[in-house]
Amino acid sequence: MLQIEDLHVNYGGIRALKGVSIEVGEKEIVSLLGSNGAGKSTTIRAISGLVSAQSGDIRFEGKSIKGLAPHKIQRLGLVHIPEGRKVFANLTIRENLMMGAYYVREKSRLSKLFDGVYEMFPVLESRSQQLAGTLSGGEQQMLAIGRALMSQPRLLMMDEPSLGLAPLVAADVFRIIEKIRIEGVTIFLIEQNANAALRIADYAFLLENGVISLEGPGYELLMNPKVRQAYLGGVTEET
Amino acid sequence: MDYSFALQQLVYGLTVGCLYGLLAIGYTMVYGVLRLINFAHGDLLMVSAYAGFFGIVIFQIPWPVSFAGAIILTALLGILIDRGAYKPIRKSPRINALITAIGVSFLLENLGLVIIGGRPKSFPMPDVFAGSILLGAVNIPALSIWILVITLVLLAVCLVVVRKTRIGMAMRALSRDMETVMLMGVDKDRVISFTFALGSALAAAGGIMWCMKYPAVEPFMGVIPGLKAFVAAVLGGIGNVTGAALGGLILGLAEVLIVAIEPDWSGYRDAVAFFLMIIILLTRPTGIMGEQLPD
Repeated sequence: MLQIEDLHVNYGGIRALKGVSIEVGEKEIVSLLGSNGAGKSTTIRAISGLVSAQSGDIRFEGKSIKGLAPHKIQRLGLVHIPEGRKVFANLTIRENLMMGAYYVREKSRLSKLFDGVYEMFPVLESRSQQLAGTLSGGEQQMLAIGRALMSQPRLLMMDEPSLGLAPLVAADVFRIIEKIRIEGVTIFLIEQNANAALRIADYAFLLENGVISLEGPGYELLMNPKVRQAYLGGVTEET
Repeated sequence: MDYSFALQQLVYGLTVGCLYGLLAIGYTMVYGVLRLINFAHGDLLMVSAYAGFFGIVIFQIPWPVSFAGAIILTALLGILIDRGAYKPIRKSPRINALITAIGVSFLLENLGLVIIGGRPKSFPMPDVFAGSILLGAVNIPALSIWILVITLVLLAVCLVVVRKTRIGMAMRALSRDMETVMLMGVDKDRVISFTFALGSALAAAGGIMWCMKYPAVEPFMGVIPGLKAFVAAVLGGIGNVTGAALGGLILGLAEVLIVAIEPDWSGYRDAVAFFLMIIILLTRPTGIMGEQLPD
């Protein structure tokens, strides 16, 4: 569904990505792991058009999307939830969700989308008229996800959705990601929380210094000694 | 200062204040969305004044059509200025955009000078706006009432657009986080163009009314109103539409008041604005209605 081929990105004079190839199949959860500065965010930002790639190709459903403006890529159904949630703090929760469905004009379709999101996140409905800035970190992540669902994504890219959340809330987020996949949305997940990300991933890639150093099914990477050593705190016994 | 004299000054102050306010709203909206002080904004007032003048005097077009045409033309020019001058440097540091804005302002003024010439032209006032009402000893020009009513209507329209419409929602979102707006699938340039068009249309309406009050059209006529509208926008809290209108009113009243209290100070009238700006920047830099900036 999404193919990235030999992607090179220079970012402020630094070669952030040096030939990254990733493939995300339809209705899969694919994780991209790596430490800070490995180039994870750059990868996702290049896919959604926020940064431009020097060379390589990005294809979504067979068509190259490299060089397209971010809003055009989004409207193909390739929706990016940015790192740090980035809810519009000065807009109400309802307006935030509305931003996700900016071009949906029909009232009936719009209210169906709202119903779907409110069903998944009841807290958003009860506080729909409050400013998004008043939400807690976890609630803001739910809002960011809900806002993205309003865009009816075919592929949802999430940049560190569990970052800065309490472990219980983070677990909620991962449950929601699985739920979204069941509804037929493909997920491309960037995470530092390798343990949780690998548990739900069908397939995963490990990014180190701008190159993919390892890839394989989620459970395989979870068992891989190198991954355990570097990203799972060196715990070798089964947890 | 007796009662009717005070009321008379109030009428003057409100009239000038409304005009500053109209101009300030455009300033503040563009700033809110782009964090850019569009110094060419004042010159749009001049462009619309010329457009109105040419429409009525040269082409003999009925005034309602001329005025509407002037407003539409100015709105289009606002979009053109953004697309031509500001869009190419959207990713550059803010100081570049600021200098560009000053450049656009000089360009418009000097184009006016070269194409039309520096001799002031007399702006015709349609009969509807002429005349005045005598209320006791207070003389209220019909134009003042028009200016007040039109300003209030346009302010209300702006508030409804910003608070209640989809595009207004996008403007508010854009003022907070441009990148995330793009990730919502929203074409940010269309939102920015709309902002420029709306702000410029308000400046154009202000310009036409300004010319009926001070009927001399010349290429540099927008400079002082533009600067004062900028002060009004800062005074009210830049980025805030209601604040801009309020700032305009305060500035207009303060200017009239200073001359009313001490007629010898009339030469310092223009200094009032800048004195007020210094005070506000020292005591409350975010302005009367401005919110605390996040960064």
